[in-house]
Amino acid sequence: MKLDSKIPDGPIAEKWTSHKFNVKLVNPANKRKYSVIVVGTGLAGAAASATLAELGYIVEAFTYSDSPRRAHSIAAQGGINAAKNYPNDGDSIYRLFYDTVKGGDFRSREANVYRLAEVSNQIIDHCVAQGIPFAREYGGYLDNRSFGGAQVSRTFYARGQTGQQLLIGAYGALSKEIKKGGVTMHTRSEVVDVVVIDGQARGIISRNLVTGELTRHVADAVVLATGGYGNVFFLSTNAMNCNASAAWRAYKKGAAFANPCYTQIHPTCIPMHGDYQSKLTLMSESLRNDGRIWVPKAKGDNRPANEIPEDERDYYLERKYPSFGNLVPRDLASRNAKQVCDEGRGVGSTGNAVYLDFADAIERLGKDVIESKYGNLFEMYERITDEDPYVTPMRIFPAVHYTMGGLWVDYNLMTTLPGLYALGEVNFSDHGANRLGASALMQGLADGYFVLPSTINDYLASADIPKVGTDHEAFAEAEQAVQDRLDQLLAIKGTRTVDDFHRELGQLLWENCGMGRSEAGLKIALEKISQIREAFWKEVNVPGSADDLNQALEKANRVADFMEFAELMVKDALARAESCGGHFREESQTDEGEALRKDDEFAYVSAWEFNGLGKEPTLHKEELVFEEVKLSQRSYK
Amino acid sequence: MSEKINVTLKVWRQNRGEKGQFKIYQAREIDTAASFLEMMDIVNEQLTLNGEEPIAFEDDCREGICGCCGAVVNGKTHGSHERTTLCQLHMRKFKNNDQIVIEPFRAKPFQVLKDLIVDRSGLDAIICEGGYVEVKTGNAPEAATTPIKRELAEASMDAAQCIGCGACVAACPNGSAMLFTAAKVSQYVLLPQGHPERTQRALNMVNKMDELGFGSCSNEYECTVACPKGIDVKNIARLNREFIKASLTSHS
Repeated sequence: MKLDSKIPDGPIAEKWTSHKFNVKLVNPANKRKYSVIVVGTGLAGAAASATLAELGYIVEAFTYSDSPRRAHSIAAQGGINAAKNYPNDGDSIYRLFYDTVKGGDFRSREANVYRLAEVSNQIIDHCVAQGIPFAREYGGYLDNRSFGGAQVSRTFYARGQTGQQLLIGAYGALSKEIKKGGVTMHTRSEVVDVVVIDGQARGIISRNLVTGELTRHVADAVVLATGGYGNVFFLSTNAMNCNASAAWRAYKKGAAFANPCYTQIHPTCIPMHGDYQSKLTLMSESLRNDGRIWVPKAKGDNRPANEIPEDERDYYLERKYPSFGNLVPRDLASRNAKQVCDEGRGVGSTGNAVYLDFADAIERLGKDVIESKYGNLFEMYERITDEDPYVTPMRIFPAVHYTMGGLWVDYNLMTTLPGLYALGEVNFSDHGANRLGASALMQGLADGYFVLPSTINDYLASADIPKVGTDHEAFAEAEQAVQDRLDQLLAIKGTRTVDDFHRELGQLLWENCGMGRSEAGLKIALEKISQIREAFWKEVNVPGSADDLNQALEKANRVADFMEFAELMVKDALARAESCGGHFREESQTDEGEALRKDDEFAYVSAWEFNGLGKEPTLHKEELVFEEVKLSQRSYK
Repeated sequence: MSEKINVTLKVWRQNRGEKGQFKIYQAREIDTAASFLEMMDIVNEQLTLNGEEPIAFEDDCREGICGCCGAVVNGKTHGSHERTTLCQLHMRKFKNNDQIVIEPFRAKPFQVLKDLIVDRSGLDAIICEGGYVEVKTGNAPEAATTPIKRELAEASMDAAQCIGCGACVAACPNGSAMLFTAAKVSQYVLLPQGHPERTQRALNMVNKMDELGFGSCSNEYECTVACPKGIDVKNIARLNREFIKASLTSHS
C-alpha cells in the first residue's frame, strides 16, 4: 500500500481552484451513465447524494433509520463556522485555516484544511438559499457568535439547534432529488459489507432491517458518510445506533484506517448516574462563558455544594490557567476534570463530576440574563437530573463526543481502496488531533456539497470501471459471509446480553484509552480486549431470528465490529508515544503536566493496513508537511 | 434523590402482518433517575436472559431531537411530561407499583412493523412533494444579499423546529398530519426564499397527505398539545390560507 495524498502543487490559496481545473470531467450527457452508492444520510451523505443527483449521476442512498432526517448530525447544538467576516473583526479564510490547524494540535493536512476554510462561505450562502432560519439581528442580517479556540465571531447558528436545521436543509435537498428520481432512497437498510471487484469498490451488501433480507447493490463508486466510532466506548454523546461497521468493513477490504486513537472527550456533559445508563448528554460548551468550574479542596468532602465555604473550594482551572481560566480548550478542561476526580475530589454520588457554578454570574448579571442565554440548556439539565441549576451548581463530567480519526483519504476524499470515498466524520483529514467547536458541521457540508461533487468525476472519467452485475461471485461471497456471521451470532445462545459485553468493552477503553493513556494501561487493554472478544463469541445471547426486525441482532453485529476496532484504536494509541490534542500519553507531558508533542518523531498521519484476521496490521506513515503554519507548543497559562 | 420503584408494564406486542396483544411485564428495582427508555432497556435485558424476545421500540439520539422515539404511554403520546419526547421522560414521573400502558403511535397510515415501531414513511413522502426550496448546490447568491426581518426569521424557526416524530398524527382523532405539513409550509412561507414555490408546495403537500390516508383537521388541537416542540396550531391556519389561495390561483 502506498499513500499518495495527491495534494495539488502551487500556493495554498490556489490549490483547490487549480485542482478543480486539472481534474477530468464527466460530460453532462454521460453523467447519467454512472451510478454512485452513498451510505449514510447525515450532513455529508445527504448533501453528497443531493448534489451528485443534481449533477446527473444515478444515486442510491442508504440509511439504517426510518427516515434520512434522523442522522445524528441533527443533535449538533452550537453552530457552523465560516470565514465571512460579517462582524468585521479581522476574520479571513486564512485565519479560519490557521485556527483549525492550530486547534488540531498540528496533526491535520494543511491543504485539506485550507480548502475547508475556503468553501465555508459557500456553505452559508447555500444554506441561506435553502431557507434555513439562521439567527438574525434586528436589521435582518445574519448574526454570529464566538466559539472555542477562536478570537473572532464566525459561528452561524439557529438557536441551539443548528445541526437540526442544517440537516433538515440537506434532507430537503435530498427529498427534492428523490422526488425527481435522481436518488433512490433505501431507508431501514443497514450496509453490512463493501464489495470489491478487481481492486475497486463496486458495491455493497445491505440488510433490510424490517424483513432481514440481504440485498446486493452495484455501482461505479461507493461513498461512505457513516460518522464516527465514538460508540466503541459504549457511553458517549453519540446516538444509540451510531457505529463503525461500514468503515470497519471497508478497512477489512483494503481501505487504510487513519489515526484511530484520536478521540475528542467533551468537557461539559451531564455525568453518569447509574449502571443502567445508556448514553451521555452534552451541555453546550457556551456554558463555560459564565459558569465557574470547581471542586472541594479536601478529598471526600461530601457536603452539599452550597454548604462548602468559598475558601474551601478549588477553582482549579482559574488557579492553573489564570489567563484563560474556565475557557481553556476542550482537551485541557477534560483532562483537568479527570485529574481532580482521580484525586478523590470529585462530587456527586459517583465522585465522577465537577461543579459548573452559575451563582456568581447570576449575582452579577441577574437570573433573567442567565435565563435568556442558557434557559433551554438549564431546562434540559433539570429534566435529566431533577436539580435546578439556578439554585444548585450543575454537575458535569467529560464524555466521548467526536472522533477525529477515520478512513484515510487523499485530497479527493478517496480512500486507499479505489472507488471508495469517505466524507464527514468517517474520514480523518481536517481536524488533526482535536476538533474545534462548530467545525464538524462545516466539514460535513463542505465534503458533501462541494468537495466530492468536484473530485469524484476525476475517478469516474479516468478509471477503467468494467460493467459488472450483482451476479458477480464477489457479491455472492460477500453476502454469504454476512449470512454466516449473522447465523453464527444467533447460534451462540449464551448467557450474556450484547449490551453487557459492549459496556464491559467501553469501560475498559474509557479507563485505559480515554482521557489519559499510558503504555502499561494500553497493554493491559490490548490483552483484555481479546479476552472480551473471545468471550463475546462464546457467551453472547442474541434472541430472535435473522429474517425479522431484530434489534438485538443489529446491535450484536455492530458490537462484534467494535470488538475488533477497539484493538486497532489501542494499537494506534500505543504506537503514538507523544501527546497531542485529545491523545494524552501520560509518559509525554511537560514539567507542568501539559501535553507534550514530539514533532520530530510523530508529525505524521498513522494509516493502518489490514493484513487478515489475527495478523498484525501494517502502519504506514503520511508525513505532514507544514508550509504555512509554524509548529508551536500550545500554552494557556 | 433517586429511589427504586417497581412498576408493571402493559405493552403492546405485535409482529408485522399479525394480530397484536397486550402483554404484562414487571420492571423491578428501577432507579427513578433512569429515563423511561433506560427502564425499557432493563426490561429488555431481562427478557433476553429469560429467552424471550425483547420489546422492539425505536430510538436513536435520546436527546429529544432526532424524532425516532415515541409511544403512547398511559394514553398520552410521548408520555405525561409536556413538550418533551419519550426519551426525555424520566421514571421519577412514576410511583411505586404504578401500571404503565405502552402502545405504539396509532394512525391509519402508521402501519405497525413490530411492537412499538411503526412505519412513518408517509411523512417523508409529504416532504418529497415540496418541503424544501428548490435550489441546486452552486446556485446561491451571497448570504447577506437579502435581509430578513428578525421576527419572520424567528417565526420561521419556531415552525422549523418540528422533529418529524409523528406524535401530532397519533394524537389527532382523525390521524391528520396537518400540523406536520403546516410547520413545513410555514417555515418557507415566512421566508422570501420560499416564495417562488409557495403555490405548488401547499397544493402538492396537502394532496399527498390526503392521498396517503392521513385524515383532515377538525380543530381538536390535540396535535399541538402532543407536540414535543410545541408547534403552534396557528401554523395550520396559515397552511389553510396558503392552500385556499393556491387552489384559487393555480391553473392545474
